[in-house]
Amino acid sequence: MAVNTFNNDYALQNYAHILSKLPYRKPFLFVDRLHSITENGVEGSYTFPEDSYFYAGHFAGNPITPGVILTEVMAQIGVVCLGLFLLADAQSGDIDIALTSTQIDFYKPVFPTETVLVRSTKDYFRFHKLKCTVEMLNSNGELVCRGAISGMMKPKKYA
Amino acid sequence: MQTKEELIETLKKIVKPYVQDEQAFENLTEDTDFIKDLKINSANLVDIALDVEEAYDIEIDNESMERMLTVGAAVEIIMSKLQST
Repeated sequence: MAVNTFNNDYALQNYAHILSKLPYRKPFLFVDRLHSITENGVEGSYTFPEDSYFYAGHFAGNPITPGVILTEVMAQIGVVCLGLFLLADAQSGDIDIALTSTQIDFYKPVFPTETVLVRSTKDYFRFHKLKCTVEMLNSNGELVCRGAISGMMKPKKYA
Repeated sequence: MQTKEELIETLKKIVKPYVQDEQAFENLTEDTDFIKDLKINSANLVDIALDVEEAYDIEIDNESMERMLTVGAAVEIIMSKLQST
């Protein structure tokens, strides 16, 4: 249907716009795709390349994705992408971002070349603080990790 | 309605979990600055505002939040919100 095509195009453009505003670059960009985003939450995914730099040392001869990196993936997709979407109307293009707290439990290891899906639900976004409940699933749909992540996000020209 | 002293006592209970400087907390006055003296970060200051809203069933607007930097300012904001409801 024509209407759906329009909506899909609009959504894809919107997601591309958010990805283009992410302040991260390789080797610390951990968002490949956004699948959906609304004012209440976001879903996105990332595939860990086999040659990611941290596998050389974590662990020696036994590459497993570090928990801090899994946390970073959840923060970039679940909090920063959502925050950029929520601040889409902000006058300024530049947004100050700071991670302020994480509380994550881990359940399954993630190995090189695995794709993970991140789902985030907004708890609140008030006074520039965005707090989300975030979970990560592997390609079998198994829970990898889950918890709460908060960050401060505000336009640089905020007066 | 609570007196100013009672308000400060309630506020102290709300603030306590976020305090990083215990000595400044023990010597708390109306001039105590949440960030400079109690070493609370801006994200936890938001949590304090949300806890205050819940405790008093009030809504803190953005302008009030920007002024809410000291114990005295917080007490003044709570009192004015309570009076206007």
